[in-house]
Amino acid sequence: MKFLCVECDRQMQFEERQLPGDGTLAAAFRCPTCGRVVALLTNPMETQLVASLGVKIGGTTLPPQPLETVRGMVATGKEDAFDDGRERGAGSGPSWSMEAQERLARVPGFVRGMVKRIYLDYAKDRGIAEITPAVMDTARSELGLEGM
Amino acid sequence: MPLNIRTYHELTEADRSGLADQIGAQRRRVADRLASVRRVVAVLSGKGGVGKSFVTAGLARALARSGRSIGVLDADFNGPTAPQLLHLPVTSCTLHDGVIEPLVSAEGVRCFSMAFLLEDGRPLAFRGPETEGHVWRETLEAATLREFLADVAWGALDELLVDLPPGVQRFQELTELLPARPAVLAVTIPTPESRDAVRRALRAANDRKATLLGVVENMVGGPFVGNAADELAAEFGIPVLARVPFHPGEDVWKNVVSKLQ
Repeated sequence: MKFLCVECDRQMQFEERQLPGDGTLAAAFRCPTCGRVVALLTNPMETQLVASLGVKIGGTTLPPQPLETVRGMVATGKEDAFDDGRERGAGSGPSWSMEAQERLARVPGFVRGMVKRIYLDYAKDRGIAEITPAVMDTARSELGLEGM
Repeated sequence: MPLNIRTYHELTEADRSGLADQIGAQRRRVADRLASVRRVVAVLSGKGGVGKSFVTAGLARALARSGRSIGVLDADFNGPTAPQLLHLPVTSCTLHDGVIEPLVSAEGVRCFSMAFLLEDGRPLAFRGPETEGHVWRETLEAATLREFLADVAWGALDELLVDLPPGVQRFQELTELLPARPAVLAVTIPTPESRDAVRRALRAANDRKATLLGVVENMVGGPFVGNAADELAAEFGIPVLARVPFHPGEDVWKNVVSKLQ
């Protein structure tokens, strides 16, 4: 999928991704010549189809987690399917605000360990000392973590 | 006057999404993980209920007892049975250095299965929109197969047996994911109905240029009558590797091992 600014005859460049949380996705593309911005809006089925391929519109900045698609998509997974006890850098990375911890606790156990690691990696990469719900929201959009 | 719009392939500027690159990276992860696997063997039949999983498990255990390093990837995500047949406990999966550790049977068979991940008695269900699920469900199952291949620490194996569900679709997905063509072991029961279904699967394997190792005839000596294995062997020029009775002894599996080089 590519976008062409017909007036300038230039390929538009990915600018930003937003996940409103209702299963839809918005991705903005900008013309490098005239600056015009268009937004691609996908319905839940289209969003799901892209996610099913294990790819992210706008690209990805973090390395993939093991069984990332399975853990993110399976709805009938066991709470204790994964022993995520040995997490990288546990105790030495960014801290979690109380609100962020509460939000993380609401994530199903099947995927919680992976989600926690993704947010930790995101925060470490950007030098963020404390993970808050606002950081989680930004990470979710930047990384394309639909439903996490 | 129509607009002058360049075609997709004419737009060659770097794209931050890089979807093709992302797909390429997925394939490389599979290839890297399987670089230490000597051979991938797809156990298929095209027919349900002929005992693919039973044959896979019996063969895997016998191969492991003969000293080979063996893995079993249970690719029947909707009806996973490999752990039970390999006498594996269903426990939590551990992550180590960014990969999932497979569970290991008493004989040393390394196994990964959807049975390790699903709630007891619950079917495999995916999150997503409730309508038009058929559009993306198969894609998600193909992604699951890819991740089972790429993200499980299979280690150095002589053989990775892939226990496929009925039909040929998962086999086709497997061949698209693998860096090299898999070998194929077909399982049938003696009946003409099974023969016809397995024939289609073997033709699909031939179309994909897979190496046909042979056919195993299961449930021999019971109520199922016919010569499916002999007829398939003659048609495809492959050996009958075994005729497996309802309660096979160790010698049956040992005999197959001796034929699988």
